[in-house]
Amino acid sequence: MPTYTLTVNGKKTTVDAPADLAMLWVLRDKLGITGPKFGCGINVCKACTSHLNGKAFNPCVTPVSECADQNVTTIEGLAEGDELHPVQQAWLDRDVAECGYCQPGQIMAAVDLLKRNPDPSDAEIEEIENVCRCGTYVRIREAIKQAAREMGGA
Amino acid sequence: MSEQIGDKVAMGRRRFLTYLVAAPTLTVAARWGLGADVAQAAIISPPRPSELYDVGDFYKQTCEPTKNMILLEVAEDGDATLWLHRMEVGQGITTASAMLVAEELDLPLSKVHVPMRDADPALLFNQLTGGSTSMRTVYEPIRQAAAEARARMVAAAARQWDISAAQLTTRDGLVVTPDGRTATYGSLASAAADPGLSVIGVKTKSSSEFRVIGKPAKRIDAHKMVTGQFQYTLDLGVVPGAKPCLVHRAPTIQGTPKQVRNDAEVRAMPGVIDIAVIETGVAILAETFGQAWDAKKALRVNWNAGTVDGLSNDDIFAKLEAATVPLAVPGGLVDTIDAEFRFAPVSHAPLESNSAVADVRDDRAEIWSGLQTPIYAQQDIAEDLGLPQDAVKVHVVQSGGAFGRRLFHDGALEAARASKAFGRPVKLMWTRTDDMRHGRMRGPSFHRVRATLAAGQVASYEHRITQTKTDFSHGIGEMITAKLSVGPGNLTYAQSFFNLMVECPYNFGVVTEVLNEPEDIQLNTASWRSVYSAMVRGAEELVVDEIAAKLGKDAYKFRREYLKHDDARAVLDKVATEGGWGRKMPPGHAQGIALHVEHRGSCAFLVEMDATDPKRPRVYRATIVADVGRPINPLGIEAQMISGLTDGISTTLRTGLHIKDGLPLEGSYSQSHFARQKDSPRDVKVFVMPPSREEPGGVGELPVPAAVGAIACAYARATGTKPRHFPINFDIDFDPFPPN
Repeated sequence: MPTYTLTVNGKKTTVDAPADLAMLWVLRDKLGITGPKFGCGINVCKACTSHLNGKAFNPCVTPVSECADQNVTTIEGLAEGDELHPVQQAWLDRDVAECGYCQPGQIMAAVDLLKRNPDPSDAEIEEIENVCRCGTYVRIREAIKQAAREMGGA
Repeated sequence: MSEQIGDKVAMGRRRFLTYLVAAPTLTVAARWGLGADVAQAAIISPPRPSELYDVGDFYKQTCEPTKNMILLEVAEDGDATLWLHRMEVGQGITTASAMLVAEELDLPLSKVHVPMRDADPALLFNQLTGGSTSMRTVYEPIRQAAAEARARMVAAAARQWDISAAQLTTRDGLVVTPDGRTATYGSLASAAADPGLSVIGVKTKSSSEFRVIGKPAKRIDAHKMVTGQFQYTLDLGVVPGAKPCLVHRAPTIQGTPKQVRNDAEVRAMPGVIDIAVIETGVAILAETFGQAWDAKKALRVNWNAGTVDGLSNDDIFAKLEAATVPLAVPGGLVDTIDAEFRFAPVSHAPLESNSAVADVRDDRAEIWSGLQTPIYAQQDIAEDLGLPQDAVKVHVVQSGGAFGRRLFHDGALEAARASKAFGRPVKLMWTRTDDMRHGRMRGPSFHRVRATLAAGQVASYEHRITQTKTDFSHGIGEMITAKLSVGPGNLTYAQSFFNLMVECPYNFGVVTEVLNEPEDIQLNTASWRSVYSAMVRGAEELVVDEIAAKLGKDAYKFRREYLKHDDARAVLDKVATEGGWGRKMPPGHAQGIALHVEHRGSCAFLVEMDATDPKRPRVYRATIVADVGRPINPLGIEAQMISGLTDGISTTLRTGLHIKDGLPLEGSYSQSHFARQKDSPRDVKVFVMPPSREEPGGVGELPVPAAVGAIACAYARATGTKPRHFPINFDIDFDPFPPN
């Protein structure tokens, strides 16, 4: 079985895995990093959204081999120690989470959006396809707008 | 949940325990809120059964003997832990319960922790989460337990200081003397647990003294959620060595495995540990879920037939229509409005699919899963494994949504069977496609409605509902047998419950609403958020608009005039004012207004829709008003209203299942078109009415029927059509995944 070295949440990590094993299962089943959630496994619900080299990606459809020697950041790696990322703080301020299961992915998608576009319009926010089965979209939208303001984009 | 339990209860930590078992008191079903201010001309309808005694009243009465078995402890750090006998699925019940404790114990909310309680058979029927009954059933007992805990703190301090308890006050987790001395609850916890300490006649606060209840509070579990620390079932590291497990399933609903054709080939695949035939399919144990998935795809199995092989939605609707109870009032004689509605099946589809951890040994078993009925799960799993009930420990894990899905423990039972078959612990997960195709659903329903008009009034309103059998075998049937005499005649569980739920809120003269659930269509069903009301009341609100139009009346004013309840009328007035009812809309746009009365509360929705393209309607504005009796957490109630709006958008406009040849075609969120951000309105306002009664009503299910009604009415008005099939846009615009 091949061995891959990658940086996960700032920590250099080595893992033995078949080349085609989806990164989601490497994170969850081999490394015990459970912030990225399984919701569909086919890049539809996007509950697993994390960052590869700072850009949103969906580890449920990304083989571990494509992540070799690269930087993976999951929701666990977003805050700087106890200091929450402004998007996480906005999520708390707007009391977004209901069941909470999709929210790590929603937050990672929102961080990615604000990186690309510090002042997104409503239409641009609507390009986020992450499913929230509890239907918290109204508060997700508010939280993204709040974070945009606080990060100086809006 | 278990991880939080681990946090809170370090071994050897001394704690003070309140475990109350009090004698049951008498419950009297009170006649509720029938308004006097009804339209003079309307033909008054007698109250429906649910107006006098509803599901919440019923469940409350059922819980009465064990209602005071509240498990609340105060530890030496002064924190309180309430082991809640209800399940958090996103509806905010742990936060609301923590507020009750904080209120009566005079403790900051941040010092109250609310893990789920393990299955506890001593609670009898009092460990079911559903029917929007949780706050109604725990409101008084949790406050009483917290008030007693506070009284014990005061009594312990009084003894310690040799001072009269009457002179002491409490605030922020401190007992305070008149001269300003303080003692923390933590320092008193041990002394307060002394059984010799007598505390009698403790009373809860009157509502005028509330400082926490009724004020917006943020979710107590949110920080862990937004940092990825919150652990759902499959995130738990509770059983070292529990391996990933998937089940390969039949090509049709309730099909069963006959024989694996390529056993050796699959066993040889990388990462595969074992495979085993269990009742519902072929279980695969592997090192990772990814490898189990590859094996699942590679398996070749011969299957026995399922229960609806060959049947499709159209066949099922034809059977339902044929089984519909006839209308009593003949058509064509007077001015009548006739309508037939069909609601497609809908998957519950919580984002966390069915999952469970199971560790089954020869003489005992331990299960972790999201369970709305954990005692029933424990009984059923014990029986299945051939173990005594008390040898099966069942931990309830807070879950990623439920919507009624987790009333049944299908995943937990499968995990137990797989663990037994493999002789080792498993972490079992359902794939999304299996969850949609083989999971539970709201069954399809057929509706026939006839309203008769006479002398400018509604003289009668008849509604016949025929739905595939809703599975109530999760313990509710036993409750009815044990507790409730429902007549007349020999009503089924479903009919009994229907009568306790569904209520036409208008004075429409003679109103009859009759459910029939034929037994011969065996689907995997479970109550879906609001059970029958989303369809029955949603369809009814459309007919209300059509009656109003026929009488030449405005949709809002007509409802206002015919409403039975003053509280609901106030809610309707508020939504019309705040939402700007009647403002001019561009062509292809329209407003829709609807309301719903249930769970000792009411809510109204006013939505605005752009249906310029009738295939792509968009709700872009929504105003929502809710009266929930006594609001506990307005912020949580607002969340539930928004959530109900989203469910209304999904199921009214696009979301459903096409059963074809015995299996739903939909296998993903994109195929079943659950709403995304782009489908959600940009402008949403929610108003929670001030307390209208002493006690809280139910919240979780309340918004869905009004949302469905308002959205359907807006679509009808915007397009000039009469929607009869739901979801309205229901094309098969995808390539279905192959069966299994």
